[in-house]
Amino acid sequence: MLIKIILIAAVLLLGAGMLRGQGKRRQALRRIGLVVFAVVAVTSILQPDYLTWVAQRINVGRGADLLLYALIVVFFSYIATRYRRDTRTQEMITAISRRVALNQAPPPRPPDTPGQATPDRPDTAGQATPARPDTAGQATPRQPNR
Amino acid sequence: MTASEFDDVWVVVPVFNEAPVLEAVLDGLTAVFPWVCVVDDASDDGSGGIARCFADRGVRLLTHPVNLGQGAALQTGFEYVLGDPSMARVVTFDADGQHVVDDAVRLARRLTAGFDVVLGSRFVARKASPMGWPKRSLLRLAVAYTRVSTRLKVSDTHNGLRALNRQAVGLMNLTQSGMAHATEILERIKQRGLRYTEEPVEIHYSAYSRAKGQPLLNAVNILVDLLVK
Repeated sequence: MLIKIILIAAVLLLGAGMLRGQGKRRQALRRIGLVVFAVVAVTSILQPDYLTWVAQRINVGRGADLLLYALIVVFFSYIATRYRRDTRTQEMITAISRRVALNQAPPPRPPDTPGQATPDRPDTAGQATPARPDTAGQATPRQPNR
Repeated sequence: MTASEFDDVWVVVPVFNEAPVLEAVLDGLTAVFPWVCVVDDASDDGSGGIARCFADRGVRLLTHPVNLGQGAALQTGFEYVLGDPSMARVVTFDADGQHVVDDAVRLARRLTAGFDVVLGSRFVARKASPMGWPKRSLLRLAVAYTRVSTRLKVSDTHNGLRALNRQAVGLMNLTQSGMAHATEILERIKQRGLRYTEEPVEIHYSAYSRAKGQPLLNAVNILVDLLVK
């Protein structure tokens, strides 16, 4: 059936288009699609029989059926686009919220806590294991002192 | 004594609406660990206020303006504690009271034996914990999936109790906001070739944590999050 091939091709193409292609190129394609849609819409309003004629060319009974199929394809592509955009928006919200949380937080270790933090410790930044004498035997899971 | 041993440790506690148990959890943690970072993921039950009361016991409170999910809360905590130059180790600890402070101590100590990451596991033989068969089999399934996708030999992929050294924390960069971050952490371990091990830990499945915990159906969401990126 011709319509099955066309529909599957359309779905695959749209799917591929969702995954690849960025920015300007996709925007241009979307605009071309919009123009094509407008032309087809106006034509089918002026000349309703023409849709049926096209439908019959590709082994679909009526023009209304063809319209339905096209609508389904467009709807799913819309969902896919929406999903991607939502994901991007979510990432932005996360970044902003994290920045707000970090900006409002007190400094991790204020310098005026001599009781707890030893201010001048050897720099342990980026070091895998801080040098300490008590590492012997830690590999075995035993119950440590409380 | 303990204060000096764990002075380079930050405990990161992601919190979302845990007011009924948070005080007990922070009580237990601050008794051992001098530095605790609570990331309040926009709770609306006063959890943040409880954490703020512990400010003079080394608890630092960070507040997300909107709810983002546990993975995002962890990452926020990681970025915060990286701002402390004397931080060398981080322990992640769930706020719902299912973890044991002694286990956190053991994980933090185990790091110093030359590991970048120590993962708490419910399934390492030593300590069994009571859980129903649907949950058990689901977790096993998650483990099987993770073993295939990351080729890490781990026995428990979704345990909130972990210890990471500074290098590992800096490499995490979690982007999965929801619960899929558990698998993402393992992916990072694989990608970066971090040295890891597992340590048996106890889990307290109280009525509270059961009610609060992950509904089984959420596994579907986690799977989709991981597959559709």
